Amino acid sequence: MRTILYILQKEFIQIFRDKTMLPIIFIMPIIQLVILVNCATLEMKNINIFVVDKDLSSTSRLMISKFDASPFFHVKGGVFDLAKGEKEIIKGNADIIVHIPKGFEKKLLKENHSKIQILINAINGMTAGITNVYANSIIRQFNGDIVMEMQNITTLKAVKRININYSFWYNPQMKYKIYMLPGILVILVTVVGMFLTALNIVREKEMGTIEQINVTPIKKYQFMIGKLLPFWIIALFELAFGLLIGKIFFSLPIVGNIALLFAVGAVYLLVALGIGLFLSTISDSQQQVMFISFFFLLIFILTSGIFTPIETMPAWAQKLTVINPIRYFMQIIRMILLKGSEFRHFQKEFFTLCIYAVVILSIATFRYKKVS
Amino acid sequence: MKRFWGFVKKEFFHIFRDVRTLLIIFGMPIAQILVFGFVITNEIRDAKIAVYDKSKDNVTNEIVQKLLSSGYFLLTKNISNEKEIGESLKSGSAKVVIVFEDNFAKNLEKEKIANIQILADASDPNSANMVVSYATAIIQTYVQNENINIKSPMQIKPVVRMLYNENLKGAYMFIPGTIALILMLISAMMTSVSIAREKEMGTMEVLLVSPLKPIHIILGKVTPYVLLSFINAVVIIILGNWVFDVPVKGNIVLLLAESLLYISMALSLGILISTVSKSQQIAMFISMFALMLPSILLSGFIYPIENMPNVLQWFSLFMPPRYFISILKDIMLKGVGFMFVWKETAILLGMTLVFIILSVKKFKQRLE
Repeated sequence: MRTILYILQKEFIQIFRDKTMLPIIFIMPIIQLVILVNCATLEMKNINIFVVDKDLSSTSRLMISKFDASPFFHVKGGVFDLAKGEKEIIKGNADIIVHIPKGFEKKLLKENHSKIQILINAINGMTAGITNVYANSIIRQFNGDIVMEMQNITTLKAVKRININYSFWYNPQMKYKIYMLPGILVILVTVVGMFLTALNIVREKEMGTIEQINVTPIKKYQFMIGKLLPFWIIALFELAFGLLIGKIFFSLPIVGNIALLFAVGAVYLLVALGIGLFLSTISDSQQQVMFISFFFLLIFILTSGIFTPIETMPAWAQKLTVINPIRYFMQIIRMILLKGSEFRHFQKEFFTLCIYAVVILSIATFRYKKVS
Repeated sequence: MKRFWGFVKKEFFHIFRDVRTLLIIFGMPIAQILVFGFVITNEIRDAKIAVYDKSKDNVTNEIVQKLLSSGYFLLTKNISNEKEIGESLKSGSAKVVIVFEDNFAKNLEKEKIANIQILADASDPNSANMVVSYATAIIQTYVQNENINIKSPMQIKPVVRMLYNENLKGAYMFIPGTIALILMLISAMMTSVSIAREKEMGTMEVLLVSPLKPIHIILGKVTPYVLLSFINAVVIIILGNWVFDVPVKGNIVLLLAESLLYISMALSLGILISTVSKSQQIAMFISMFALMLPSILLSGFIYPIENMPNVLQWFSLFMPPRYFISILKDIMLKGVGFMFVWKETAILLGMTLVFIILSVKKFKQRLE
């Protein structure tokens, strides 16, 4: 025990001796958190519309005003020729063109149906899809309004209707930020913990100081614990700090039990740092370990369900995410914070993390033996 | 000059000796593109739903069947009381719960109106929104078919055309984004770390007292990375074209020239980072936090810049990848010429010069 305390003391002195390390460990991630949470938004607003209204009837004007009144759209201008409209899209001034052909209103009154054309800049498929949904719902709404006004009531009576009412639980204001914040926090904590651990040991190797430790009577497990604990404490502290910032700046809801969250976080960090340890045992230089961890991190992050839910992945990819530790903590942190889920709701994920921690730490310790 | 090439050769040996890093340099873009292309999708597929059907008649059955046969939904649970709603949303076993009122079919027949309640887990607002709008569309279609024999009232039919990307392929976003990200990573991060390494190991001093001029040392250091980055850019463009049919509509020479410009910008940024960092760790963390995440998130790679708060939109004006991604999209997807991208090109050029001037200043100070 005393030996471990000495190693801890050495590690902490080493970490905090370097004046640039402190801001890197604590200030940068927090700045990142604040900035990134604000970036990572899919709340669409200010979609720029250019209108090509060749009909110039009261109906077409009314419809355009409906677009302008919506919080998502902003009617930026009108042109009288479709080619000019497309040019505005190329220039990046317009995201969507609404083209109302000549005789639109007449046709609607006489033949009961009439077409309008919508052109969407679809280079970003995701936002184009959302834009399309919004535009269509405005048109549908408008369509319903004019039908109500113009139809005589008798025919309407025969029409069956299903009335759907929605309730959005756990996030009634549909804030995207409170969903992203825990996700980004998980990534920051993982990156800091994993990299620091991995780099620390490799640095000792590169500098040759690891040999000096190897010839002391320190046992392997003591060395491992001494290397893990400081970063584990730092990462947990970082997690708490991030949650606090989230609470203060983004009014992050903390619905569930915060102690439970830290218990899961403690186990998860053992896994993340264990991976860092393992990677450090298979590399010889800091540059190498950095790139190897970066490679795995990038893939782990992208497949953790931070941006897109895991359920939307193809089946084979979903099976592969079983080995992705970030995925489990990502799910659990969001469940606890936003939905107030309890232990029984995620015990399977939690036990998976426990098994993972034991396995990865054993492998790392075993590998270290062989190296020395 | 001969000395210089000797030095470049030494640097090449340094990089190529380390097979693992090399594998990752070339493996990373490929892995990333495959992940983006095959794993990350924005389509709703097999969204988990639970049904709380209070009336269990032929109409509610039919609607549930319609929902399930669409392929968007997967029924995970039939719920029989209110309490289970919260349980299934909290455990994540359902994303939405669809509740049918009592006497559903009867109400629809007699009163001409029946009620459905959709309860969604909106902790992930985006997918909640999508799932709900898909379900709504399916239910509405069902009703319209029920009303088919009644003379339809006026209908406005929107005809939608998706420009530049008919099938809403994600590849049009992630191929340019990945090029910008990988080049930044290899050029800026590798350079900064490899120069910082010489400092940390004390070998920089050895190099500085050698007959090589400082400028040659720096150039020698970055030359291998220029080559690696360039090869990677070409590989990504080819992969994008073969696997995901991402076209190169514009001029390929212009595209490669712009890539070279961006690579030089990233390298000069890497050099600048290395002049301010004492150790590899610091160089790495600065690259990591100051380059990586912003170039993913502040560049319009994944999230559109227009939706960000104004402060960040202003902030993103200083993000080099933003301009490069915009150039790539213009040339590759819209097929426009230099006339449309000269502004972005000028900005990148200006940035490169600023980084170089700053690095030279810093470097000189260090030598004194």
